[in-house]
Amino acid sequence: MNALKTPAEYAGAGPLALPHGVHLQGIVDFWKRVDYTQKLWNSLLISGSVAVAAVVLSLLNAYALGIGRVRGRLWLLVLFMVANTLPQEALAYPLYYFSKQLGLYDSRISVIIVFSVIQSAFGTYLLSSVFSQFPREILEAARIDGAGTFRLLWNVVVPVSRPTLAVLFTFFFIWTWNEFFLPLVLLISNDKQTVPVALGVLQGDRMMDATTSSASALLGIIPAILFFLLFQRTLARGVTAGAVK
Amino acid sequence: MSATSPAPSRPRRRSKGAVGERGHGWFLLPGLVLFTAVIVLPLLMNTWTSFTSWTGVGTPEWTGLSNYERLFRDATFWASFRHSLAIIVAMVVIPTALGLLLASVLFDVVSKRFGERTSAAFRAGFYLPQVLPVAVAGVVWGWIVHPDDGALDAALQKVGLGSLSHDWLGDPSTALATVMAVMVWFQLGYPLVIFMAGLARVDPELHEAAQLDGASWFQRFRLITIHLIKPEVFVVTLTTTIAALKVFPQIFVLTRGGPGDATIVPSYFAYQNFFEKADVGYGSAIATVLTVVIIAISAVFLRYQARSEQGGDA
Repeated sequence: MNALKTPAEYAGAGPLALPHGVHLQGIVDFWKRVDYTQKLWNSLLISGSVAVAAVVLSLLNAYALGIGRVRGRLWLLVLFMVANTLPQEALAYPLYYFSKQLGLYDSRISVIIVFSVIQSAFGTYLLSSVFSQFPREILEAARIDGAGTFRLLWNVVVPVSRPTLAVLFTFFFIWTWNEFFLPLVLLISNDKQTVPVALGVLQGDRMMDATTSSASALLGIIPAILFFLLFQRTLARGVTAGAVK
Repeated sequence: MSATSPAPSRPRRRSKGAVGERGHGWFLLPGLVLFTAVIVLPLLMNTWTSFTSWTGVGTPEWTGLSNYERLFRDATFWASFRHSLAIIVAMVVIPTALGLLLASVLFDVVSKRFGERTSAAFRAGFYLPQVLPVAVAGVVWGWIVHPDDGALDAALQKVGLGSLSHDWLGDPSTALATVMAVMVWFQLGYPLVIFMAGLARVDPELHEAAQLDGASWFQRFRLITIHLIKPEVFVVTLTTTIAALKVFPQIFVLTRGGPGDATIVPSYFAYQNFFEKADVGYGSAIATVLTVVIIAISAVFLRYQARSEQGGDA
Protein backbone atom coordinates (compact mmCIF):
# COMPACT_ATOMS: atom_id res chain seq x y z
CA MET A 1 0.00 0.00 0.00
CA ASN A 2 2.67 2.46 0.97
CA ALA A 3 4.46 1.62 -2.21
CA LEU A 4 1.84 3.73 -3.95
CA LYS A 5 2.52 6.95 -2.07
CA THR A 6 4.83 9.80 -2.72
CA PRO A 7 7.58 10.24 -0.16
CA ALA A 8 6.12 13.59 0.87
CA GLU A 9 2.71 12.10 1.40
CA TYR A 10 4.22 9.36 3.48
CA ALA A 11 6.04 11.79 5.70
CA GLY A 12 2.97 13.96 6.08
CA ALA A 13 0.18 11.52 6.73
CA GLY A 14 2.06 8.61 8.24
CA PRO A 15 2.22 4.98 7.18
CA LEU A 16 -1.33 4.01 7.95
CA ALA A 17 -3.19 6.62 5.91
CA LEU A 18 -4.68 5.55 2.63
CA PRO A 19 -2.83 6.89 -0.40
CA HIS A 20 -4.38 9.79 -2.33
CA GLY A 21 -4.51 8.20 -5.71
CA VAL A 22 -2.03 5.87 -7.20
CA HIS A 23 1.54 6.96 -7.23
CA LEU A 24 3.69 4.48 -9.02
CA GLN A 25 6.91 6.42 -8.90
CA GLY A 26 8.26 4.48 -5.93
CA ILE A 27 7.88 1.22 -7.79
CA VAL A 28 9.26 2.57 -11.02
CA ASP A 29 12.25 4.11 -9.29
CA PHE A 30 12.97 0.98 -7.44
CA TRP A 31 12.53 -1.19 -10.50
CA LYS A 32 15.05 0.86 -12.39
CA ARG A 33 17.45 1.31 -9.54
CA VAL A 34 17.96 -2.35 -8.85
CA ASP A 35 17.30 -3.47 -12.42
CA TYR A 36 14.50 -5.66 -11.21
CA THR A 37 13.88 -7.27 -14.59
CA GLN A 38 17.35 -8.74 -14.42
CA LYS A 39 16.78 -10.01 -10.87
CA LEU A 40 13.50 -11.65 -11.81
CA TRP A 41 15.13 -13.29 -14.78
CA ASN A 42 18.02 -14.56 -12.64
CA SER A 43 15.63 -16.01 -10.11
CA LEU A 44 13.50 -17.63 -12.78
CA LEU A 45 16.46 -19.04 -14.64
CA ILE A 46 18.10 -20.43 -11.52
CA SER A 47 14.96 -21.84 -9.92
CA GLY A 48 13.70 -23.31 -13.17
CA SER A 49 16.97 -25.01 -14.05
CA VAL A 50 17.41 -26.30 -10.53
CA ALA A 51 13.90 -27.71 -10.44
CA VAL A 52 14.40 -29.57 -13.72
CA ALA A 53 17.89 -30.80 -12.91
CA ALA A 54 17.02 -31.81 -9.36
CA VAL A 55 13.95 -33.75 -10.46
CA VAL A 56 16.03 -35.60 -13.06
CA LEU A 57 18.76 -36.37 -10.54
CA SER A 58 16.29 -37.52 -7.90
CA LEU A 59 14.57 -39.66 -10.48
CA LEU A 60 17.77 -41.39 -11.54
CA ASN A 61 18.89 -41.93 -7.95
CA ALA A 62 15.52 -43.13 -6.79
CA TYR A 63 15.18 -45.43 -9.77
CA ALA A 64 18.39 -47.17 -8.81
CA LEU A 65 17.57 -47.22 -5.10
CA GLY A 66 13.84 -47.74 -4.98
CA ILE A 67 13.28 -49.97 -7.98
CA GLY A 68 16.71 -51.28 -8.85
CA ARG A 69 17.48 -52.04 -5.21
CA VAL A 70 21.21 -51.65 -5.65
CA ARG A 71 23.42 -52.92 -2.88
CA GLY A 72 24.07 -50.57 0.02
CA ARG A 73 20.74 -48.89 -0.61
CA LEU A 74 20.03 -48.27 3.03
CA TRP A 75 23.34 -46.51 3.63
CA LEU A 76 22.95 -44.37 0.59
CA LEU A 77 19.53 -43.30 1.77
CA VAL A 78 20.89 -42.44 5.20
CA LEU A 79 23.60 -40.43 3.48
CA PHE A 80 21.07 -38.48 1.46
CA MET A 81 18.98 -37.87 4.52
CA VAL A 82 21.91 -36.56 6.51
CA ALA A 83 22.78 -34.26 3.62
CA ASN A 84 19.28 -32.96 3.83
CA THR A 85 19.67 -31.85 7.43
CA LEU A 86 23.16 -30.37 7.13
CA PRO A 87 23.44 -26.67 7.79
CA GLN A 88 24.55 -24.89 4.64
CA GLU A 89 27.13 -23.02 6.67
CA ALA A 90 29.15 -26.22 6.85
CA LEU A 91 29.38 -26.25 3.06
CA ALA A 92 29.46 -22.56 2.37
CA TYR A 93 33.11 -21.68 2.61
CA PRO A 94 34.44 -24.70 0.73
CA LEU A 95 31.85 -24.16 -1.99
CA TYR A 96 32.85 -20.53 -2.17
CA TYR A 97 36.50 -21.53 -2.34
CA PHE A 98 36.05 -24.31 -4.90
CA SER A 99 33.91 -22.21 -7.16
CA LYS A 100 36.62 -19.54 -7.09
CA GLN A 101 39.27 -22.09 -7.95
CA LEU A 102 37.18 -23.40 -10.81
CA GLY A 103 36.40 -19.95 -12.13
CA LEU A 104 32.71 -20.52 -11.47
CA TYR A 105 32.48 -18.00 -8.68
CA ASP A 106 29.79 -15.39 -9.14
CA SER A 107 28.18 -17.38 -11.91
CA ARG A 108 24.65 -18.66 -12.03
CA ILE A 109 25.93 -22.09 -13.08
CA SER A 110 27.58 -22.68 -9.72
CA VAL A 111 24.38 -21.90 -7.85
CA ILE A 112 22.36 -24.10 -10.18
CA ILE A 113 24.67 -27.08 -9.70
CA VAL A 114 24.84 -26.68 -5.94
CA PHE A 115 21.10 -26.43 -5.45
CA SER A 116 20.29 -29.21 -7.88
CA VAL A 117 22.34 -31.50 -5.70
CA ILE A 118 21.00 -30.19 -2.39
CA GLN A 119 17.38 -30.45 -3.52
CA SER A 120 17.90 -33.86 -5.09
CA ALA A 121 19.03 -35.21 -1.72
CA PHE A 122 15.52 -34.63 -0.47
CA GLY A 123 13.98 -35.77 -3.75
CA THR A 124 15.92 -39.02 -3.76
CA TYR A 125 14.82 -39.76 -0.25
CA LEU A 126 11.16 -39.10 -0.97
CA LEU A 127 11.01 -40.74 -4.39
CA SER A 128 12.84 -43.85 -3.24
CA SER A 129 10.21 -44.53 -0.67
CA VAL A 130 7.49 -43.95 -3.25
CA PHE A 131 9.25 -46.21 -5.76
CA SER A 132 9.84 -49.01 -3.31
CA GLN A 133 6.08 -49.43 -3.25
CA PHE A 134 5.84 -49.32 -7.01
CA PRO A 135 3.61 -52.18 -8.22
CA ARG A 136 6.03 -54.91 -9.18
CA GLU A 137 3.63 -56.54 -11.60
CA ILE A 138 3.79 -53.58 -13.95
CA LEU A 139 7.57 -53.72 -13.97
CA GLU A 140 7.68 -57.45 -14.56
CA ALA A 141 5.16 -57.18 -17.34
CA ALA A 142 7.17 -54.49 -19.09
CA ARG A 143 10.30 -56.57 -18.66
CA ILE A 144 8.67 -59.55 -20.30
CA ASP A 145 7.66 -57.33 -23.16
CA GLY A 146 11.36 -56.71 -23.61
CA ALA A 147 11.84 -53.24 -22.11
CA GLY A 148 15.39 -52.43 -21.06
CA THR A 149 16.30 -50.57 -17.91
CA PHE A 150 16.15 -47.22 -19.58
CA ARG A 151 12.90 -47.89 -21.44
CA LEU A 152 11.44 -49.13 -18.19
CA LEU A 153 12.28 -45.87 -16.47
CA TRP A 154 11.11 -43.63 -19.26
CA ASN A 155 8.04 -45.48 -20.49
CA VAL A 156 6.72 -47.05 -17.33
CA VAL A 157 8.00 -45.44 -14.15
CA VAL A 158 7.94 -41.78 -15.23
CA PRO A 159 4.39 -41.72 -16.59
CA VAL A 160 3.01 -43.51 -13.55
CA SER A 161 4.73 -41.24 -11.06
CA ARG A 162 4.13 -37.99 -12.88
CA PRO A 163 2.01 -36.44 -10.07
CA THR A 164 4.78 -37.00 -7.52
CA LEU A 165 7.33 -35.55 -9.91
CA ALA A 166 5.14 -32.49 -10.37
CA VAL A 167 5.00 -31.98 -6.62
CA LEU A 168 8.77 -32.26 -6.40
CA PHE A 169 9.24 -29.82 -9.26
CA THR A 170 7.01 -27.26 -7.56
CA PHE A 171 8.79 -27.61 -4.27
CA PHE A 172 12.25 -27.39 -5.76
CA PHE A 173 11.26 -24.31 -7.70
CA ILE A 174 9.86 -22.47 -4.72
CA TRP A 175 12.56 -23.54 -2.32
CA THR A 176 15.27 -22.43 -4.69
CA TRP A 177 13.49 -19.18 -5.39
CA ASN A 178 13.41 -18.48 -1.66
CA GLU A 179 16.98 -19.52 -0.91
CA PHE A 180 19.08 -16.81 0.55
CA PHE A 181 22.28 -17.92 2.18
CA LEU A 182 24.20 -19.66 -0.58
CA PRO A 183 23.12 -17.26 -3.32
CA LEU A 184 24.22 -14.45 -1.04
CA VAL A 185 27.62 -16.05 -0.72
CA LEU A 186 28.07 -17.21 -4.30
CA LEU A 187 26.54 -14.37 -6.30
CA ILE A 188 28.27 -11.11 -5.63
CA SER A 189 27.75 -8.97 -8.65
CA ASN A 190 24.59 -7.00 -9.01
CA ASP A 191 23.47 -8.36 -12.33
CA LYS A 192 23.52 -11.97 -11.15
CA GLN A 193 21.71 -11.68 -7.84
CA THR A 194 18.35 -13.26 -7.24
CA VAL A 195 15.32 -11.36 -6.00
CA PRO A 196 15.64 -12.27 -2.31
CA VAL A 197 19.36 -11.54 -2.22
CA ALA A 198 18.96 -8.18 -3.90
CA LEU A 199 16.22 -7.13 -1.51
CA GLY A 200 17.92 -8.54 1.57
CA VAL A 201 21.16 -6.79 0.81
CA LEU A 202 19.44 -3.51 0.03
CA GLN A 203 17.53 -3.68 3.28
CA GLY A 204 20.76 -4.21 5.15
CA ASP A 205 22.19 -1.07 3.65
CA ARG A 206 19.39 1.04 5.13
CA MET A 207 19.69 3.51 2.30
CA MET A 208 16.08 3.49 1.30
CA ASP A 209 13.24 5.74 2.24
CA ALA A 210 10.08 4.07 3.45
CA THR A 211 8.18 4.19 0.17
CA THR A 212 11.01 2.65 -1.82
CA SER A 213 11.39 0.05 0.84
CA SER A 214 7.75 -0.93 0.69
CA ALA A 215 7.89 -0.85 -3.09
CA SER A 216 10.72 -3.34 -2.93
CA ALA A 217 8.83 -5.57 -0.55
CA LEU A 218 5.76 -5.45 -2.75
CA LEU A 219 7.76 -6.42 -5.82
CA GLY A 220 9.41 -9.22 -3.92
CA ILE A 221 6.16 -10.63 -2.65
CA ILE A 222 4.14 -10.54 -5.86
CA PRO A 223 5.97 -13.39 -7.60
CA ALA A 224 5.71 -15.53 -4.50
CA ILE A 225 1.98 -14.93 -4.24
CA LEU A 226 1.59 -15.74 -7.92
CA PHE A 227 3.35 -19.08 -7.45
CA PHE A 228 1.30 -19.70 -4.39
CA LEU A 229 -1.95 -19.22 -6.29
CA LEU A 230 -0.69 -21.20 -9.27
CA PHE A 231 0.61 -24.12 -7.31
CA GLN A 232 -1.70 -24.13 -4.32
CA ARG A 233 -3.16 -27.54 -5.03
CA THR A 234 0.17 -29.15 -5.68
CA LEU A 235 1.57 -27.51 -2.58
CA ALA A 236 -1.15 -28.72 -0.27
CA ARG A 237 -0.76 -32.21 -1.65
CA GLY A 238 2.99 -32.03 -1.41
CA VAL A 239 3.36 -30.67 2.10
CA THR A 240 1.49 -33.57 3.51
CA ALA A 241 2.94 -36.22 1.20
CA GLY A 242 6.44 -35.01 1.87
CA ALA A 243 6.24 -34.86 5.60
CA VAL A 244 4.12 -37.76 6.67
CA LYS A 245 4.82 -40.81 4.63
CA MET B 1 1.70 -44.23 8.30
CA SER B 2 4.15 -43.19 10.88
CA ALA B 3 6.26 -40.17 10.81
CA THR B 4 9.79 -40.12 9.52
CA SER B 5 10.51 -43.77 9.04
CA PRO B 6 9.62 -44.25 5.43
CA ALA B 7 9.58 -47.57 3.76
CA PRO B 8 13.26 -47.83 2.80
CA SER B 9 14.47 -48.05 6.36
CA ARG B 10 12.45 -51.16 6.98
CA PRO B 11 14.02 -54.51 6.20
CA ARG B 12 12.49 -55.78 3.04
CA ARG B 13 12.18 -59.01 1.22
CA ARG B 14 14.34 -59.15 -1.83
CA SER B 15 12.34 -59.85 -4.87
CA LYS B 16 14.25 -62.24 -6.99
CA GLY B 17 12.97 -61.74 -10.45
CA ALA B 18 13.36 -60.07 -13.72
CA VAL B 19 13.43 -56.64 -12.10
CA GLY B 20 16.41 -56.86 -9.89
CA GLU B 21 19.96 -55.84 -9.37
CA ARG B 22 21.12 -55.79 -12.96
CA GLY B 23 22.03 -52.55 -14.58
CA HIS B 24 20.45 -50.10 -12.20
CA GLY B 25 23.64 -49.05 -10.48
CA TRP B 26 24.61 -46.85 -13.43
CA PHE B 27 21.70 -44.60 -12.75
CA LEU B 28 23.30 -43.55 -9.50
CA LEU B 29 26.47 -42.37 -11.16
CA PRO B 30 25.63 -38.74 -11.98
CA GLY B 31 23.90 -38.28 -8.66
CA LEU B 32 26.78 -39.66 -6.65
CA VAL B 33 29.49 -37.78 -8.54
CA LEU B 34 27.73 -34.46 -8.06
CA PHE B 35 26.82 -35.33 -4.50
CA THR B 36 30.46 -36.00 -3.70
CA ALA B 37 31.55 -32.75 -5.29
CA VAL B 38 28.93 -30.52 -3.73
CA ILE B 39 28.30 -32.08 -0.35
CA VAL B 40 30.86 -34.67 0.74
CA LEU B 41 34.05 -32.85 -0.25
CA PRO B 42 32.97 -29.44 1.06
CA LEU B 43 31.89 -31.00 4.33
CA LEU B 44 35.23 -32.76 4.74
CA MET B 45 37.09 -29.63 3.81
CA ASN B 46 35.08 -27.60 6.29
CA THR B 47 35.90 -30.05 9.05
CA TRP B 48 39.57 -29.98 8.15
CA THR B 49 39.65 -26.20 7.99
CA SER B 50 38.20 -26.04 11.46
CA PHE B 51 41.52 -27.37 12.77
CA THR B 52 43.51 -24.67 11.04
CA SER B 53 44.05 -20.99 11.13
CA TRP B 54 43.22 -19.59 7.73
CA THR B 55 42.22 -16.23 6.34
CA GLY B 56 40.90 -17.64 3.09
CA VAL B 57 44.04 -16.85 1.11
CA GLY B 58 47.43 -18.46 1.40
CA THR B 59 48.08 -21.76 3.11
CA PRO B 60 46.04 -22.82 6.11
CA GLU B 61 48.13 -23.41 9.19
CA TRP B 62 47.37 -26.49 11.27
CA THR B 63 46.50 -25.44 14.80
CA GLY B 64 44.82 -28.54 16.17
CA LEU B 65 42.02 -27.93 18.59
CA SER B 66 42.76 -24.29 19.29
CA ASN B 67 39.70 -23.02 17.40
CA TYR B 68 37.51 -25.23 19.52
CA GLU B 69 39.20 -24.17 22.73
CA ARG B 70 38.62 -20.60 21.76
CA LEU B 71 34.98 -21.35 20.94
CA PHE B 72 34.24 -22.74 24.34
CA ARG B 73 35.63 -19.64 26.00
CA ASP B 74 33.84 -17.28 23.58
CA ALA B 75 30.85 -15.58 25.18
CA THR B 76 29.42 -14.73 21.75
CA PHE B 77 29.38 -18.38 20.81
CA TRP B 78 27.39 -19.30 23.90
CA ALA B 79 25.10 -16.36 23.35
CA SER B 80 24.42 -17.57 19.82
CA PHE B 81 23.30 -20.94 21.11
CA ARG B 82 21.20 -19.35 23.85
CA HIS B 83 19.46 -17.39 21.12
CA SER B 84 18.97 -20.63 19.24
CA LEU B 85 16.99 -21.86 22.22
CA ALA B 86 14.83 -18.75 22.07
CA ILE B 87 14.34 -19.30 18.34
CA ILE B 88 13.34 -22.89 19.05
CA VAL B 89 10.66 -21.59 21.39
CA ALA B 90 9.48 -19.22 18.68
CA MET B 91 9.66 -21.69 15.80
CA VAL B 92 8.90 -25.01 17.44
CA VAL B 93 7.12 -24.75 20.77
CA ILE B 94 4.71 -21.91 20.15
CA PRO B 95 3.78 -22.74 16.53
CA THR B 96 3.28 -26.41 17.34
CA ALA B 97 1.03 -25.73 20.29
CA LEU B 98 -0.83 -22.93 18.57
CA GLY B 99 -0.98 -24.86 15.30
CA LEU B 100 -2.50 -27.84 17.03
CA LEU B 101 -5.16 -25.72 18.65
CA LEU B 102 -5.91 -23.73 15.49
CA ALA B 103 -5.96 -26.84 13.33
CA SER B 104 -8.50 -28.55 15.48
CA VAL B 105 -10.61 -25.41 15.75
CA LEU B 106 -10.55 -25.01 11.98
CA PHE B 107 -11.24 -28.67 11.48
CA ASP B 108 -13.93 -29.19 14.12
CA VAL B 109 -15.64 -25.85 14.32
CA VAL B 110 -14.97 -23.65 11.31
CA SER B 111 -15.27 -26.27 8.60
CA LYS B 112 -18.44 -27.65 10.13
CA ARG B 113 -20.12 -24.35 10.71
CA PHE B 114 -18.85 -22.29 7.80
CA GLY B 115 -17.97 -24.98 5.30
CA GLU B 116 -14.82 -26.51 3.92
CA ARG B 117 -14.01 -23.52 1.77
CA THR B 118 -13.75 -21.12 4.68
CA SER B 119 -11.42 -23.37 6.57
CA ALA B 120 -9.34 -23.97 3.45
CA ALA B 121 -9.07 -20.22 2.98
CA PHE B 122 -7.88 -19.80 6.56
CA ARG B 123 -5.38 -22.57 6.06
CA ALA B 124 -4.03 -20.95 2.93
CA GLY B 125 -3.77 -17.63 4.72
CA PHE B 126 -1.75 -19.08 7.55
CA TYR B 127 0.43 -20.99 5.14
CA LEU B 128 1.25 -18.05 2.92
CA PRO B 129 4.28 -16.85 4.93
CA GLN B 130 5.88 -20.20 4.26
CA VAL B 131 6.10 -19.60 0.54
CA LEU B 132 7.24 -16.01 0.70
CA PRO B 133 10.96 -15.60 0.32
CA VAL B 134 12.13 -15.20 3.89
CA ALA B 135 14.37 -12.33 2.99
CA VAL B 136 11.49 -10.44 1.41
CA ALA B 137 9.13 -11.08 4.30
CA GLY B 138 11.94 -9.89 6.52
CA VAL B 139 12.04 -6.63 4.60
CA VAL B 140 8.35 -6.15 5.27
CA TRP B 141 8.76 -6.83 8.96
CA GLY B 142 11.78 -4.62 9.15
CA TRP B 143 9.55 -1.84 7.88
CA ILE B 144 6.64 -2.64 10.19
CA VAL B 145 8.75 -2.42 13.31
CA HIS B 146 10.87 0.45 12.06
CA PRO B 147 11.21 3.12 14.76
CA ASP B 148 10.62 6.27 12.69
CA ASP B 149 8.04 5.30 10.16
CA GLY B 150 7.00 1.76 10.98
CA ALA B 151 3.38 0.71 10.95
CA LEU B 152 3.44 -0.84 14.40
CA ASP B 153 4.47 2.31 16.22
CA ALA B 154 2.09 4.38 14.14
CA ALA B 155 -0.75 2.03 15.02
CA LEU B 156 0.14 2.20 18.71
CA GLN B 157 0.05 5.96 18.56
CA LYS B 158 -3.34 5.91 16.85
CA VAL B 159 -4.91 3.89 19.62
CA GLY B 160 -3.38 6.06 22.31
CA LEU B 161 -0.61 3.72 23.33
CA GLY B 162 2.06 5.97 21.93
CA SER B 163 4.10 5.53 25.08
CA LEU B 164 4.65 1.93 24.05
CA SER B 165 6.13 2.81 20.70
CA HIS B 166 9.64 1.71 20.53
CA ASP B 167 12.72 0.96 18.48
CA TRP B 168 11.81 -2.71 18.54
CA LEU B 169 14.84 -4.11 16.79
CA GLY B 170 17.29 -1.45 17.79
CA ASP B 171 16.92 -1.89 21.52
CA PRO B 172 18.93 -4.88 22.76
CA SER B 173 16.29 -5.66 25.38
CA THR B 174 13.46 -6.11 22.86
CA ALA B 175 15.33 -7.13 19.71
CA LEU B 176 15.29 -10.86 20.41
CA ALA B 177 11.65 -10.85 21.48
CA THR B 178 10.72 -8.97 18.30
CA VAL B 179 12.59 -11.47 16.16
CA MET B 180 10.81 -14.27 18.00
CA ALA B 181 7.41 -12.72 17.34
CA VAL B 182 8.20 -12.49 13.63
CA MET B 183 9.32 -16.14 13.62
CA VAL B 184 6.02 -17.28 15.09
CA TRP B 185 4.27 -15.56 12.20
CA PHE B 186 6.60 -17.23 9.69
CA GLN B 187 6.26 -20.65 11.13
CA LEU B 188 2.66 -21.09 12.18
CA GLY B 189 1.33 -22.27 8.81
CA TYR B 190 3.50 -25.30 8.53
CA PRO B 191 2.27 -27.24 11.58
CA LEU B 192 -1.23 -26.05 10.84
CA VAL B 193 -1.30 -27.61 7.39
CA ILE B 194 0.29 -30.85 8.55
CA PHE B 195 -2.02 -31.15 11.54
CA MET B 196 -5.12 -30.53 9.47
CA ALA B 197 -4.08 -33.31 7.15
CA GLY B 198 -3.48 -35.49 10.18
CA LEU B 199 -6.91 -34.72 11.58
CA ALA B 200 -8.51 -35.76 8.33
CA ARG B 201 -6.91 -39.15 8.84
CA VAL B 202 -8.47 -39.67 12.27
CA ASP B 203 -11.54 -41.85 12.26
CA PRO B 204 -14.56 -39.64 13.06
CA GLU B 205 -16.28 -42.50 14.84
CA LEU B 206 -13.87 -42.14 17.73
CA HIS B 207 -15.05 -38.61 18.30
CA GLU B 208 -18.68 -39.56 17.91
CA ALA B 209 -18.36 -42.33 20.43
CA ALA B 210 -16.64 -40.04 22.92
CA GLN B 211 -19.27 -37.41 22.36
CA LEU B 212 -22.00 -39.90 23.16
CA ASP B 213 -20.16 -40.71 26.36
CA GLY B 214 -20.42 -37.05 27.24
CA ALA B 215 -16.87 -35.89 26.55
CA SER B 216 -16.54 -32.15 26.06
CA TRP B 217 -14.76 -30.68 23.04
CA PHE B 218 -11.69 -29.95 25.10
CA GLN B 219 -11.64 -33.45 26.59
CA ARG B 220 -11.84 -34.95 23.15
CA PHE B 221 -9.10 -32.63 21.95
CA ARG B 222 -6.84 -33.61 24.82
CA LEU B 223 -7.56 -37.33 24.89
CA ILE B 224 -8.22 -38.24 21.29
CA THR B 225 -6.90 -35.63 18.88
CA ILE B 226 -3.50 -35.06 20.43
CA HIS B 227 -2.95 -38.71 20.93
CA LEU B 228 -3.83 -39.73 17.42
CA ILE B 229 -1.81 -37.17 15.58
CA LYS B 230 1.35 -37.83 17.54
CA PRO B 231 3.25 -38.88 14.40
CA GLU B 232 2.53 -35.51 12.82
CA VAL B 233 3.54 -33.66 15.96
CA PHE B 234 6.74 -35.62 15.91
CA VAL B 235 7.63 -34.73 12.32
CA VAL B 236 6.81 -31.10 12.86
CA THR B 237 8.91 -30.88 15.99
CA LEU B 238 11.89 -32.52 14.35
CA THR B 239 11.86 -30.52 11.15
CA THR B 240 11.21 -27.18 12.80
CA THR B 241 13.86 -27.74 15.45
CA ILE B 242 16.40 -28.30 12.72
CA ALA B 243 15.13 -25.28 10.83
CA ALA B 244 15.35 -23.19 13.99
CA LEU B 245 18.99 -24.13 14.51
CA LYS B 246 19.78 -23.20 10.92
CA VAL B 247 17.92 -19.90 10.84
CA PHE B 248 19.84 -17.30 8.87
CA PRO B 249 18.02 -15.02 6.41
CA GLN B 250 15.58 -13.66 8.98
CA ILE B 251 18.47 -12.61 11.17
CA PHE B 252 20.46 -11.26 8.26
CA VAL B 253 17.65 -9.07 7.05
CA LEU B 254 16.15 -8.00 10.35
CA THR B 255 19.10 -7.37 12.61
CA ARG B 256 22.39 -8.79 11.28
CA GLY B 257 22.85 -10.27 14.72
CA GLY B 258 22.70 -6.88 16.40
CA PRO B 259 22.39 -4.62 18.18
CA GLY B 260 25.72 -5.76 19.55
CA ASP B 261 25.28 -9.50 19.78
CA ALA B 262 21.69 -9.34 21.02
CA THR B 263 20.28 -11.54 18.28
CA ILE B 264 23.29 -13.40 16.96
CA VAL B 265 22.74 -17.06 16.04
CA PRO B 266 25.31 -19.75 15.19
CA SER B 267 24.80 -19.57 11.44
CA TYR B 268 25.21 -15.82 11.36
CA PHE B 269 28.19 -16.03 13.67
CA ALA B 270 29.83 -18.46 11.25
CA TYR B 271 28.99 -16.22 8.30
CA GLN B 272 30.58 -13.27 10.08
CA ASN B 273 33.80 -15.15 10.61
CA PHE B 274 33.89 -16.43 7.04
CA PHE B 275 33.17 -13.30 5.12
CA GLU B 276 33.51 -10.31 7.41
CA LYS B 277 36.37 -11.21 9.70
CA ALA B 278 38.24 -13.50 7.29
CA ASP B 279 38.73 -15.98 10.11
CA VAL B 280 37.80 -19.05 8.12
CA GLY B 281 39.19 -21.61 10.53
CA TYR B 282 37.12 -20.23 13.36
CA GLY B 283 34.01 -19.97 11.22
CA SER B 284 34.46 -23.58 10.14
CA ALA B 285 34.68 -24.65 13.74
CA ILE B 286 31.36 -22.93 14.46
CA ALA B 287 29.77 -24.56 11.41
CA THR B 288 31.15 -27.94 12.44
CA VAL B 289 29.75 -27.65 15.96
CA LEU B 290 26.39 -26.63 14.52
CA THR B 291 26.43 -29.62 12.17
CA VAL B 292 27.24 -32.02 14.99
CA VAL B 293 24.47 -30.57 17.14
CA ILE B 294 21.92 -30.89 14.34
CA ILE B 295 22.88 -34.46 13.49
CA ALA B 296 22.85 -35.41 17.16
CA ILE B 297 19.38 -33.94 17.63
CA SER B 298 18.03 -35.77 14.58
CA ALA B 299 19.54 -39.02 15.81
CA VAL B 300 18.01 -38.63 19.27
CA PHE B 301 14.62 -37.82 17.79
CA LEU B 302 14.66 -40.74 15.40
CA ARG B 303 15.78 -43.09 18.12
CA TYR B 304 13.03 -41.95 20.38
CA GLN B 305 10.55 -42.45 17.62
CA ALA B 306 11.79 -45.94 16.83
CA ARG B 307 11.38 -46.86 20.48
CA SER B 308 7.90 -45.46 20.87
CA GLU B 309 6.90 -47.34 17.75
CA GLN B 310 8.16 -50.60 19.14
CA GLY B 311 6.13 -50.01 22.25
CA GLY B 312 3.11 -49.81 19.97
CA ASP B 313 2.57 -46.27 21.08
CA ALA B 314 2.53 -44.03 18.05
